[in-house]
Amino acid sequence: MPDKVLMKGNEAIGEAAIHAGCQCFFGYPITPQTEVAAYMSRRMPKIGRVFLQAESEIAAINMVYGAAGSGVRAMTSSSSPGISLKQEGISYIAGAELPCVIVNIVRGGPGLGGIQPAQSDYFQATKGGGHGDYRLVVLAPSSVQEMVDLVQDAFDIADKYRNPVMVMGDGMLGQMMEPVEFKERKPAQLPSKDEWKADGLKGRKEHHVINSLYLKPEELENQNLKMQKKYAKIKNNEVRYEMYNCEKDVDFVLVAYGTISRICKNAIKLLAEEGINVGLIRPITLWPFPEKAFEEVIDKTKYGFMSVELSCGQMVEDVKLASNGRKPVYFYGRTGGMVPSPNEIADAVKRNIGGAK
Amino acid sequence: MEVIFQRTKGLLDVPTHYCPGCTHGIIHRLVGETLEELNVIDKTVGVAPVGCSVLAYNYFACDMFEAAHGRAPAVATGIKRSHPDSVVFTYQGDGDLAAIGTAEIVHAATRGENITTIFVNNCIYGMTGGQMAPTTLPGQVTETTPYGRDVKQAGYPIRVSEMLSTLSGAAYVERVSVDSVPNILKAKKAIKKAFELQLQGAGFTMIEVLSICPTNWGLSPLEALKWLRDNMIPYYPLGVKKDITAGEAK
Amino acid sequence: MARATFREERCKGCGLCISVCPKKIIEFSEKLNVKGYHPAAVKEEKMKECIGCASCARICPDVVITVEK
Repeated sequence: MPDKVLMKGNEAIGEAAIHAGCQCFFGYPITPQTEVAAYMSRRMPKIGRVFLQAESEIAAINMVYGAAGSGVRAMTSSSSPGISLKQEGISYIAGAELPCVIVNIVRGGPGLGGIQPAQSDYFQATKGGGHGDYRLVVLAPSSVQEMVDLVQDAFDIADKYRNPVMVMGDGMLGQMMEPVEFKERKPAQLPSKDEWKADGLKGRKEHHVINSLYLKPEELENQNLKMQKKYAKIKNNEVRYEMYNCEKDVDFVLVAYGTISRICKNAIKLLAEEGINVGLIRPITLWPFPEKAFEEVIDKTKYGFMSVELSCGQMVEDVKLASNGRKPVYFYGRTGGMVPSPNEIADAVKRNIGGAK
Repeated sequence: MEVIFQRTKGLLDVPTHYCPGCTHGIIHRLVGETLEELNVIDKTVGVAPVGCSVLAYNYFACDMFEAAHGRAPAVATGIKRSHPDSVVFTYQGDGDLAAIGTAEIVHAATRGENITTIFVNNCIYGMTGGQMAPTTLPGQVTETTPYGRDVKQAGYPIRVSEMLSTLSGAAYVERVSVDSVPNILKAKKAIKKAFELQLQGAGFTMIEVLSICPTNWGLSPLEALKWLRDNMIPYYPLGVKKDITAGEAK
Repeated sequence: MARATFREERCKGCGLCISVCPKKIIEFSEKLNVKGYHPAAVKEEKMKECIGCASCARICPDVVITVEK
């Protein structure tokens, strides 16, 4: 491939997975991510890897479970309603401690909703979605290049911790075209899968079982505590975020991820022209949530934080938790697929701090 | 004297949790023997269902997966597509395969997925205490059809083997029974043929095995075998429903 | 000359082997095994009638029986 290519977000996701050594892709058409499956259907057979359009999103996530449990890198992608269908499968994958990558190109909800971009699956991704005490590592890119980088990171993180990882974009990121580079990456140091993968005994004495059923409460408690230790490790090691314009004192700090974080950056430039100094915390991992980013600015921010989301307010709850009552937390959002302009966000900032000023 | 019948290496030497007389034990043994005789234990991966045989992963000697309810054919697809040289089978009951898993089994069959499904049909949901299954017979009393299955309210049972035999991807579909020693021998032949066809890459193979559930039918194991013969075989006729090696275009 | 050997501790007393033995030499034992079942068994004096057909072994759901001939 040439050094920099113009690629559509959804297709870049597919190509990034290929670069990461994704052996199997199982998908299903749903707007606005269908191009991921279409791209993989063209590319995977040409390089001797597996593409299958499953009969449903449920079947697709279970195919991922099978492939992942047999030791190969596997990925599926879908959009909100399809991700709802996958929740049982995701819980099983997490419970069996299998690595895999799930891409959610979020659209408006609830129900059939709309096909325009949204961020209303934040709760589903970070607080559960599926049943039981598990967590998904959730990565939120804000550009096609970042999507390429984070998809490749996702496979490494998944293998490192034996956990499913979600890359959460939105309809805009999936559909837009931006220049991307597939940079050389140092291969990650990852544990071997030989100790647990179930791909046939092949001379091994003990059979391997991929399973999440523990009928004895003592055993299930132990399994859960083991997983919680893993999540504590992930919280310590894998938090990612960007601080924008937070070096000096700020009047206000926006908190936003994905597409809308870019619009926030433009709003910040507009506000600077009016002498209002606003910073931005851009979470890149939504789980683990970057609480430490808030420590960097909690004393600096005069009027507190405003969570800006393409939803009715989901991440704002985590912003409140991170702020822990120390500074006020506001919210601005549009929903249903509506995307605010930089001016709208700037006006919302002024409204919120105007009263306090 | 030489040993002419002993426990197969295809099964781990452990006691099972199945009820006395439960035919899961016979069927497990037939699959285990098949894997041993075909010398494929080492490269086989099996997928267990949700149901009484959820713990099948503790009984087979090969690598095993536990799957979500009904999803075993999709899990098997993921395994087989990433390891085409492996032998992959699913082992499913009537709720797993014919209720929640209807889409998965139909699509695995129509894709000609090169896996073997062992479908254990005992006309009832065993593990959860004896509720109606998609295969429960008209008039049959279960926990959720306490007055007998009324087809006007609860619909008709599904003949899965006949249904799947209409699909071009299905290479071999046969219904057998384990109610008698001669039928057990025929069942073993059918299961072995299904796995042999998988080894030849023929496509999707399924053996539906009529089985008993003495506990939830409220019968002794011996009475249950008779109930199977008298009631199930007439509704679910034994025999080959699809065989691409037979030369007919079906 | 044939012999059917029963693993008493695995037998669940289902009775299927008894029903299929063509020589009718299998019966429930008087004793109880560790699970509380009366295991199936062939009295030693009846063993000479065993024809080694292995019907009992083939219908046993718990693979309790080994047959020699």
